[in-house]
Amino acid sequence: MRDRTLWTWHIFAGAVILVFLGLHMTIMHLNGTFPTFNNPFGGEAESWQNVAARARNLFFTVTYVVMLGAALYHGLFGLRNILLELDPGAGLRRSINVALSVLGLALFAFGAWVAATAPGVVSRMGG
Amino acid sequence: MESHAHPNRLGIRGWVGGGRWGFERYLYTLHRITGLGLLTYFLLHIFVTSARVFGKGAWETAMSAVSGPAFKAGEYLVFAAFAFHAVNGVRLALIELGFAVGRPIEPIYPYATSVGRQRPLAIAVMLIAGVLAVWGGYNFFFMD
Repeated sequence: MRDRTLWTWHIFAGAVILVFLGLHMTIMHLNGTFPTFNNPFGGEAESWQNVAARARNLFFTVTYVVMLGAALYHGLFGLRNILLELDPGAGLRRSINVALSVLGLALFAFGAWVAATAPGVVSRMGG
Repeated sequence: MESHAHPNRLGIRGWVGGGRWGFERYLYTLHRITGLGLLTYFLLHIFVTSARVFGKGAWETAMSAVSGPAFKAGEYLVFAAFAFHAVNGVRLALIELGFAVGRPIEPIYPYATSVGRQRPLAIAVMLIAGVLAVWGGYNFFFMD
């Protein structure tokens, strides 16, 4: 794929991250200002009750997977650009592309599996 | 982007050194440092938070392993890095799309630079990042 297309996707992924990671940061770290914003049990945002409650909400399951994919793409493509600035030869360049693609796909598969099979999600789906 | 047309002859020094370039060049360096920091944290975060797939006990064990003042300070750095990287990223996207750089003009000596046109946006986004970092810090250390 042409680099221009990959760069456009990089910016688009950044916009997606801005929205969903902004929401994630608000829920997890600005819970002093917004105590019950998607923390239905109050208290610590990372307490098991709050985590399980969010897992039962399809919105969070879907957005975790979207954010996972966008963040992996944005981060690993950014890392690739930094590494390619050192002007590696064609062989090393191909190795960087393959290694980062495999790493990204593997982490996406793992993270998506976690998001889809966590206890709250499974019980909601009757598992 | 691919760099074959303009190789980075300075190597790693070229990644971080701003040289005689201005404020925005240092924002570029900080954008890069925060990006690499956020990526490192994110890759670890995927594994730590995967504990929830094994249930309440595994989740609470994982969370207790990453608690304490050092982790809290580290998490705050991640929050502040996100605040900077996000608003500076918006600035970069706006400039790439041609906003806030002024209209194109003929290159007549003495040449005008667009840096002066971009500077207010750079200052504005840094103020926003600063407000977010302070707001987050207050939540982290005084309300949590």
